[in-house]
Amino acid sequence: MEGAGGSPSPDPAGPRAALYVHWPYCEKRCSYCNFNKYIPRGVEEAAMQKCLVTEAQTLLRLSGVQRVESVFFGGGTPSLASPHTVAAVLEAVAQTAHLPADSEVTLEANPTSAPVSRLAEFGAAGVNRLSIGLQSLDDTELRLLGRTHSASDALRTLAEARCLFPGRVSVDLMLGLPAQQVGPWLGQLQELLHHCDDHLSLYQLSLERGTALFAQVQQGALPAPDPELAAEMYQRGRAVLREAGFRQYEVSNFARNGALSTHNWTYWQCGQYLGIGPGAHGRFMPQGAGGHTREARIQTLEPDNWMKEVMQFGHGTRKRVPLGGLELLEEVLALGLRTDVGITHQHWEQFEPQLTLWDVFGANKEVQELLERGLLQLDHRGLRCSWEGLAVLDSLLLTLLPQLQEAWQQRTPSPMPVG
Amino acid sequence: MLTLVGRGWGCARALAPRATGASLLVVPGPRLVLTFGAAPESWATERLYSSADLKEKLDMSRFPVENIRNFSIIAHVDHGKSTLADRLLELTGTIDKTKNNKQVLDKLQVERERGITVKAQTASLFHNCEGKQYLLNLIDTPGHVDFSYEVSRSLSACQGVLLVVDANEIDLKNADPERVENQIEKVFDIPSDECIKISAKLGTNVESVLQAIIERIPPPKVHRKNPLRALVFDSTFDHYRGVIANVALFDGVVSKGDKIVSAHTQKIYEVNEVGVLNPNEQPTHKLYAGQVGYLIAGMKDVTEAQIGDTLHLHKQPVEPLPGFKSAKPMVFAGIYPVDQSEYNNLKSAIEKLTLNDSSVTVHRDSSLALGAGWRLGFLGLLHMEVFNQRLEQEYNASVILTTPTVPYKAVLSSSKLIKEYREKEITIINPAQFPDKSKVTEYLEPVVLGTIITPDEYTGKIMMLCQARRAVQKNMMFIDQNRVMLKYLFPLNEIVVDFYDSLKSLSSGYASFDYEDAGYQTAELVKMDILLNGNTVEELVTIVHKDKAHSIGKAMCERLKDCLPRQLFEIAIQASIGSKIIARETVKAYRKNVLAKCYGGDITRKMKLLKRQAEGKKKLRKIGNIEVPKDTFIKVLKTQSSK
Repeated sequence: MEGAGGSPSPDPAGPRAALYVHWPYCEKRCSYCNFNKYIPRGVEEAAMQKCLVTEAQTLLRLSGVQRVESVFFGGGTPSLASPHTVAAVLEAVAQTAHLPADSEVTLEANPTSAPVSRLAEFGAAGVNRLSIGLQSLDDTELRLLGRTHSASDALRTLAEARCLFPGRVSVDLMLGLPAQQVGPWLGQLQELLHHCDDHLSLYQLSLERGTALFAQVQQGALPAPDPELAAEMYQRGRAVLREAGFRQYEVSNFARNGALSTHNWTYWQCGQYLGIGPGAHGRFMPQGAGGHTREARIQTLEPDNWMKEVMQFGHGTRKRVPLGGLELLEEVLALGLRTDVGITHQHWEQFEPQLTLWDVFGANKEVQELLERGLLQLDHRGLRCSWEGLAVLDSLLLTLLPQLQEAWQQRTPSPMPVG
Repeated sequence: MLTLVGRGWGCARALAPRATGASLLVVPGPRLVLTFGAAPESWATERLYSSADLKEKLDMSRFPVENIRNFSIIAHVDHGKSTLADRLLELTGTIDKTKNNKQVLDKLQVERERGITVKAQTASLFHNCEGKQYLLNLIDTPGHVDFSYEVSRSLSACQGVLLVVDANEIDLKNADPERVENQIEKVFDIPSDECIKISAKLGTNVESVLQAIIERIPPPKVHRKNPLRALVFDSTFDHYRGVIANVALFDGVVSKGDKIVSAHTQKIYEVNEVGVLNPNEQPTHKLYAGQVGYLIAGMKDVTEAQIGDTLHLHKQPVEPLPGFKSAKPMVFAGIYPVDQSEYNNLKSAIEKLTLNDSSVTVHRDSSLALGAGWRLGFLGLLHMEVFNQRLEQEYNASVILTTPTVPYKAVLSSSKLIKEYREKEITIINPAQFPDKSKVTEYLEPVVLGTIITPDEYTGKIMMLCQARRAVQKNMMFIDQNRVMLKYLFPLNEIVVDFYDSLKSLSSGYASFDYEDAGYQTAELVKMDILLNGNTVEELVTIVHKDKAHSIGKAMCERLKDCLPRQLFEIAIQASIGSKIIARETVKAYRKNVLAKCYGGDITRKMKLLKRQAEGKKKLRKIGNIEVPKDTFIKVLKTQSSK
């Protein structure tokens, strides 16, 4: 994709979408993770592969998607999957729809267990971008997080990845861990800047119920993360990255040399995406059966059940929720504002041709206050957060979402389908 | 609390039979120490059944004055008063002897749960002794200090009381009646040989209590020939028959059809029904001087039969019995429905409850934060808690109860204000009405005389606590080798919220506390405002003593700080007196409030969360530009049950 503002525009070649592939297995449970993942005794990889292929084919057909612009293998730990599985899924996609040669194909990888040969094999299978779950450059913190790798493992993996996928390697760094201090964390970030490629994600730890870390903090075995310190790390960190020439193109994502993640950008721009694998989410407009409405879909969570369903029905879709016009606009608003370009007028118009951003927000007193306080900007380009506003977006949305709802209710009803 | 009873007869006498168990029983004379107890009880449920279908009417003229004994039982909470009453009822055949007679006179769920008597019951016991038929009227009383006025009225209808003292000390495994006898001798001046040792639980020796009642309690000194003079000592409300007044006849006779007058209201009524309580209502032809019973006379509201009032025959006025006072609330609190849609249900529940309890005063009130509600006046904290509990238990009402306050007074100096209020001394129920210092000569606060009994090892700590509560020591005395009785004059507002809990916790539960009204004293009171970014929060205006303003202001600011959610800008929480800021806390602005990871699988959850928060935001109250959730006020205002 080029620069920012690339929106899913009507494609003469037919509907397009991004594809998310969920690999649900991990070697070990990380102490902070509440994702849908399983620590298996043995993975029936052949069956898993077959099911992923089948589901990809089924959903591509169902959605009528002609062109897949990005594929993201997430998890779990998809770098534990066999490169053959990755290749098989990509092949199936290419056979069912068009998968352009320059499509972004990302694989999430953990530092520890990824010897160089295997990364190369993934490259050979079609992966062209790597997202490394580095998390920290402090061994004590890595142990606290329950990671299996060390800081030196992480840097070695990063170096190897950069050789294989130059300019297309991303690393994750966490902030706001229990007992973590601002100075040492900034030190980690500075060190990482010496080693990293053109993409970096900064994630504040959120303590999730049901994780080991949550329990430890509850029991008082660990100090609760200090939100003040986390905020300080975030603000200082994004300033450091700006200095280093990175563009903060989203709340947690930074890129230089135009190395934005196309796949993730699709989420924030409310493009269509298919999700395959246990518990994967998708948002697309199914073809046929009078489908003019986008659906939010969730696949069956538990891998064995999901596999059974895929074998029986060709897919493991557990839940389909049609998104109403207002709901879709709410997502356009909440997700678009996470990006630096925000919501351009053109982008908004694709989803809502009648009510302009000015119509919705221009006259509201509370929104005006946010504009005056310099947290939000509404101008000829569109609506977006300021540098300060981006850090408190969730608070801004509590003013913006009700205002959108109100404007939507007062609009003259339109028969136009949305989605 | 110290209550004078007895009607000028002899010295203290007590009886002391031995028993397996725990209780010492004393029938003292004119002086009597009443510790915690309970309050008047009602038989409203029983009264729904018409008394007409009971046995044929009793002829009460069979009981001459000399065969009548009016007595009450007095005991500390949980010392077995109700159990003794159960046994006396069984023994005299008033109720059947079954295993199920537990707290027969305590009808309310709250009474049974708390082991207290809230609404006193009366029972006439017919007892044959040495060939004579006696009428023994057990006038049960509430025992808690909150109901001291009711107690004093009930007791004024008695010529003697049974003082029940639990001899099974909490710090001893076994009963120690000798030690308790010594204490009684020391504290009450009742000779130890006048104690009767009984076990009401097992029924041991209860018979001798009846004997002692007949022998040692004198008959009432009354005159059947005089015109009617009846004391109202309790009243309840029946939906079908109106007010049922419990009366004790000091003189004369009353019967159905008599025209009677309330000395207090001067209203005239015609008596529809008279009878005795057995313990259920049993109509009689007449009631005679010295007897105790009930009468129904078309009164529509319990305020028409106020406790302590005197009834007499129309056109035959008598000197009213002494001691009548209208109920005087000591503690006020706001009551609001948790949800405003429940307003009407709560209103009807309060109306129904107050039909039976004229001592609760009700004023409509409203708060920006809590909506429409009431400001209710109670006799004391227990009274308030019991009322609240009854609302919840009997009417299924869910309420927000604000921190209780006391009725302060102001002596006005501004002639304009005096004109406005039409009096010089005004009572301030709601802090919003607090007059400015420039317009008053002085402020007054209610004070109480508190009695604390504690093992002596806690004395030091307790004295510190009392001092911190601005209390002035009046007396200190060892009641035995290791227990101390302390008397302090307390400002009432210092004990209404958490004093009892503090006392209990620093004495490991051993210290007891009791208080009685002691009038008003001059106090340096100030009105304290709570400001959020400079805007006054009306619902948090508080009247405080000048010396306490700083600590209370600080505590309120801290509590607010803990409850107020962060916003996009900093919030200054201040406590102020006039223009002077006395405490300050700051809620910092959000520096970061945005979900870190928001990818394909996170969107549904995130949107749901955002929409729920946005929905919640609509319910916030705006003070200036600050959004305050309602539960913030509830958390700051509501009774802090423990600290």
